[in-house]
Order: sequence, then C-alpha cells, then structure tokens
Amino acid sequence: MNWFKYSSPQTFFPLAGKLAPWFGVLAAITCAAGLYLGFFVAPTDAQQGDAYRIIFIHVPAAWMSMFLYLVMAFWAGLGLAFNTRLSGMMASAVAPTGALFTFLALWTGSLWGKPTWGTWWVWDARLTSELILLFLYFGFMALQAAIDDPRRADKAGAVLALVGVVNIPIIYFSVKWWNTLHQGASVSLTKAPTMAATMLTGMAVMAFGFWFYSIAAALTRARCIMLERERASEWVGDYARRSA
Amino acid sequence: MGKIAGTSSLQAVDLHCVRGERKLFGALNFTLRSGELLRIAGANGSGKTSLLRIACGLLEPTRGEVRWGGKDIRRLQEEFWRQLVYVGHANSIKDDLTATENLHVACTLAGVPRQAAQIGEALRRLGLAGCENLPARVLSQGQRRRVALARLALSKGAPLWILDEPFAALDAAAVEHVQDLIAEQLSRGAAVILTTHLEARITAAAALRIDLEAT
Amino acid sequence: MLAALRCVIYRDLLLAVRRSSDVLTVLLFFVIVVSLFPLGVGPDPALLRTIAPGVIWVAALLASMLALNRMFASDHADGTLEQMLLGATPLGMTVAAKILAHWVISGLPLVLISPVLALQFDFPREFLWTLTLSLAFGTPVLSLIGAIGAALTLGLRGAGALLSLLVLPLYVPVLIIGAGAADAAVSGLGGQAQLLLLGALLVFAGAFAPWAAAVALRISTE
Repeated sequence: MNWFKYSSPQTFFPLAGKLAPWFGVLAAITCAAGLYLGFFVAPTDAQQGDAYRIIFIHVPAAWMSMFLYLVMAFWAGLGLAFNTRLSGMMASAVAPTGALFTFLALWTGSLWGKPTWGTWWVWDARLTSELILLFLYFGFMALQAAIDDPRRADKAGAVLALVGVVNIPIIYFSVKWWNTLHQGASVSLTKAPTMAATMLTGMAVMAFGFWFYSIAAALTRARCIMLERERASEWVGDYARRSA
Repeated sequence: MGKIAGTSSLQAVDLHCVRGERKLFGALNFTLRSGELLRIAGANGSGKTSLLRIACGLLEPTRGEVRWGGKDIRRLQEEFWRQLVYVGHANSIKDDLTATENLHVACTLAGVPRQAAQIGEALRRLGLAGCENLPARVLSQGQRRRVALARLALSKGAPLWILDEPFAALDAAAVEHVQDLIAEQLSRGAAVILTTHLEARITAAAALRIDLEAT
Repeated sequence: MLAALRCVIYRDLLLAVRRSSDVLTVLLFFVIVVSLFPLGVGPDPALLRTIAPGVIWVAALLASMLALNRMFASDHADGTLEQMLLGATPLGMTVAAKILAHWVISGLPLVLISPVLALQFDFPREFLWTLTLSLAFGTPVLSLIGAIGAALTLGLRGAGALLSLLVLPLYVPVLIIGAGAADAAVSGLGGQAQLLLLGALLVFAGAFAPWAAAVALRISTE
C-alpha cells in the first residue's frame, strides 16, 4: 500500500469517510463494554466504596489528554518539516478532541475529589498539570482561530505545539515538585491500594474505546476542515454535486 | 566605477502564488542576468508586491522556487540576503531615530557598516543635506522615502536590488536622482527588479518586463 | 556579525531611552499590582510575609507579559523587521539580541525595584538577595519564552489577550521555581537548588527560544 497516495486531501477525504464510521462503531462497542466492566463487574473498593468507579473514565481520559497532545504535536511537526497540507489539518482536527478529554479528566477528577477529599478541587500535582494542559490546548486553538490564512495558522500552531511538547515535562515536574513542597503527598488517583485485575481490564477497554472515538472524531473533523479549506478546488465541487 | 565581482543570475522557476482565496499568478518563469533590469507591471492587487517578496525570500511561493546562481534561495538564506538590497513598501525607518542613525542601523544589519561621512554623502546625493540629524518623525513623506532610498547610494556593491515602488511620494528631482542611481548600478553589472507606475527612463543593457495581468 | 548584534542592542536601547515612558509604564504597573495585594488580603504582616515572593513573582510575570507586545510589533509596523529578516546575520542571533535588549528595558528594572517592594511586605531582609537573584535569573527566561509568543501573534487582531493565553501556561515552571527559591530560603532550606534550576532553564531557553522565535517570525511575516 502506498501511504503517500493518501497524503493529499483529495485522496484522503474518501478514505477518512470510509474509516470514520467503523471507528465510531468500534468506539461505541468498547466504551459500552468498558463501562459495563467498570460499573457492574469490578468489585467495590474497600476504602472508597463505589465512588472510585469514576476512575474508569477519569484515568483513560487523562491518558488520552496527554497522548493526543503528542499526536497533535507529531502532525504539526510533520507539517512544519515537510510542508504537507494534510498534516496541519490533522493537527487542527485532533486539538478539540484532546481538549475535550482534558476537560473530562478534570471534571471527573473533581467529581471524584468531592467524596474522597471532601472538596471539588485540590491543587494536586496531576490535576494542576492537567489544568495547564487544558490551557495549552486552548492556546493552540485560539491561535489557529485568530489567523485567517490557513497556511500561517498551521505553521504557527505547529511552532506552538512543539514548544508546548518541550515544556510539558518541565511543567509536569515543576508542578509535582511544587506540590510536594507545599503539601504532603496526597492520595493519588491511580494509586488504589490493590488494583483488581478486572479494574485494570475495565480501564484498558475504556482506553481503547476513547482511542477509537478520538480517531473517529479526528477523521470526521479533518473531513470538514478539508472541505472548508479546499472549497475552491475541483474535487470539492464534484463532491458537493454528487452529494446534493 | 568598478564592476561588481561575482554576480549571479536570479531565476524564477514555475512560480505560483495564491493569497487567501485568490490566485495572483501561476507558472511564472524568468531569468534575470547581470546588468539587466526587470520591471514588473500590473494593476493594484495583481501581486506585484507578493512577487517581489517571493523574490526576496520573505514570502514562500505556493509552488515553484527562486534560484540565485542556480541554488534555491531558501537554502542560501543569509548568503543570498547579504547580496540583496530590498526597499519595500514601508520605508523601514524608525521615527525616533535620526536619518543618519537609521541608515547606520540599516547598513550594519545588511553586513556593510558605513561611516557617518559616507552616510552624509548619500543623504546629500538624495537632496537631504541638513536633515542628517533630524529625527525621522519630523520629515515629510517624500523625505522619508529619500532616506530609505539613500541606502541604495550606500549599497553599490550589492549585485541585486529589489525595489517596491521606489518612486512613490518622490518629486521630479528625486525621481531623476534615483533613476540615475539605478542606471549606474546596472552599468556596474548588478541586476535590478522594480515595480513602478511611472514609465521610468532607465538605460539598461536589457530591460525585461512582466505584466502580471497577462499571466 | 558581532557588530550587527551590538547595533541591534544599541538601537533598541536608544529607542527605549527616547521613548522612556514605555519603560516607566511597565515598571509602574509592576509596582501598582504588587501594592494592590495588601489592599486585597489585608495588612496582617505575617500573611504578607508569606505571600510576598508569590505576589512579587506573579506581578513580575504579568508586567513582563505586558511589555512583550512591543518586542516586535513596532518593527513590524514600520518595516524595519523585514530588513532584519533579510539581514546578513542569522535571524536567530538578531532575535537573541533583541530579546536581550528587551530584557534590559523591561525585565531589569523589575529586578532592581523588587527588594524595595519586598520590604513593603516586611519580607526578611537576609533573604532579599535570594528573591532578587531568582528574579534576575527568571525574568530573562520570561522574555525568551515570551518572544516566541510575541512572534506568533505578530499582527493578529486581539494579539494582546491571545499572547497571554499562549504564554502564561508556559511561564508556570519559572513561576513555581522562582517563587519557590525565596520560599525555600525563608523556610531554612536554602534557595540554591531553585536558583540552579532557574539557571538551567535560562541556559535551555537561551539556546532554543531565539531560534523558535525566529521561525515564528518568518511564519508571521509571510
């Protein structure tokens, strides 16, 4: 299979259209299975009761939020290095999904914090880094939204994403350090005393579900971006006539 | 008046330029050799400035490349820019600096530092005697343009000049001076690209013309 | 090449001297923001002493961000930036020179006045030097990171607000380590570790930020 064939929007568009629904279906199935495992099969935690079950969403969402930033930076860097149109579109398509998962991780973290710590928000190292990650996503999207010329938007976003990637480890370690200085080590979300095998399976299945969802969402969004940016081109005209 | 050593030719290969939604020009080819003058004509918005910015390496063409001495200018970077003098739409003058200071900074950045005496001489040549130490803010529009163009009188060693509307805001006498400067530079073996609405009378070994509406 | 870099620094400093009100505005902003905190949280000396490093650092962050807009904007408007892009010196070096000049204009005054502000907060005098040193190491990092943001937002509408959204999250490590230095000194741990870390950040940012900003400038001026 010649991968370069799919590096132009014109050929990638139909492929993305074919793949997106399949990943959507896969996402629905795995998420349903993961939630079932998490909410019905996994045992109740001895210390935290049923409140802990939020981690089946929280932990995979947190994984995805960080991973998607890397994916976004990877596409952005590729676009900057090889000047391909598609890479920039993929980076812009991934960003909102990444922000969504970051927000989800924060929200579920806060929901989990109320029964566990007795407060909605704790300046825990992970939560704080996650909050800063959300700001980084917002910055990327705001910068791209402020630039009219898509080519400049792609390149500027790419520089920002790469600077962000270099900074994320520094931010994470500084926040962690700050956290240990200012308060004793807090209960960590992932450090549940004994992780039952079913819990781990549940989280892994959910992570796959989020994976498939991210791919489906990114492909669908990329298709919209392609149509919008290439609206002057012939193939979009053909597509519009066929689907009209 | 010595010839400039080691001049190269500027070559545009299959240049395309799309700005926003608009296609400005496509499949543009030209070769500009030593001593040749290229005049780019076209109505407002036809892409003259974009073409000049592409030729400088400020703007990346949508497709195609510009070569200097056979090498892509995006590869050459500073090596190309050291040989180039670009006078753009903006005068590139700081309001808070004097005419002399402005030229001093411009020449140093271009890698050819000049003494105050040389700068004064260049300013006098463009009819700015007495304005050397005035802040640029108090100069008129035409006088600022002259300060910007005085750089030409200080860049006789540069094998390529790219001038965007050099005669804008100039009076007849100043237009005459600048035309003389360009003709001298051409006779020295440099290549010059310019856009202008005036029918400039510049003697050159060969004068090329690109009409952007025609492409 | 050194002549060109010297020339850029000299030019920016000269412009700042001729437009000294700009420099003063940033400094006054810093002083006012710091002075607002006691009005907001109350004049309890014990509380003020604890929050002093954090307040001064946050204010320094905001003040240096306020000054960022000017780093490239006026050069962009009058076309002198184009001449730098087409200069004989590699753009990264020119940008580094501009950042240095920008720090001298907008960062150094903050560093110099910070001990006075810290005294307003009754901050222990023997630790003043740690606070000042942390700002001396930290504020150049802010200018370096900020330069990338300033270059990316060059010429955009609403560039100021956007710039803060881009740059402030990236400032977090500097803030944590910088404010941590004085905190650690007060609590008896000594601030050397933090100061060394800030120094490391400065070296790291100094090596990479000018090049990233140069790439961003080329993108923004197309």
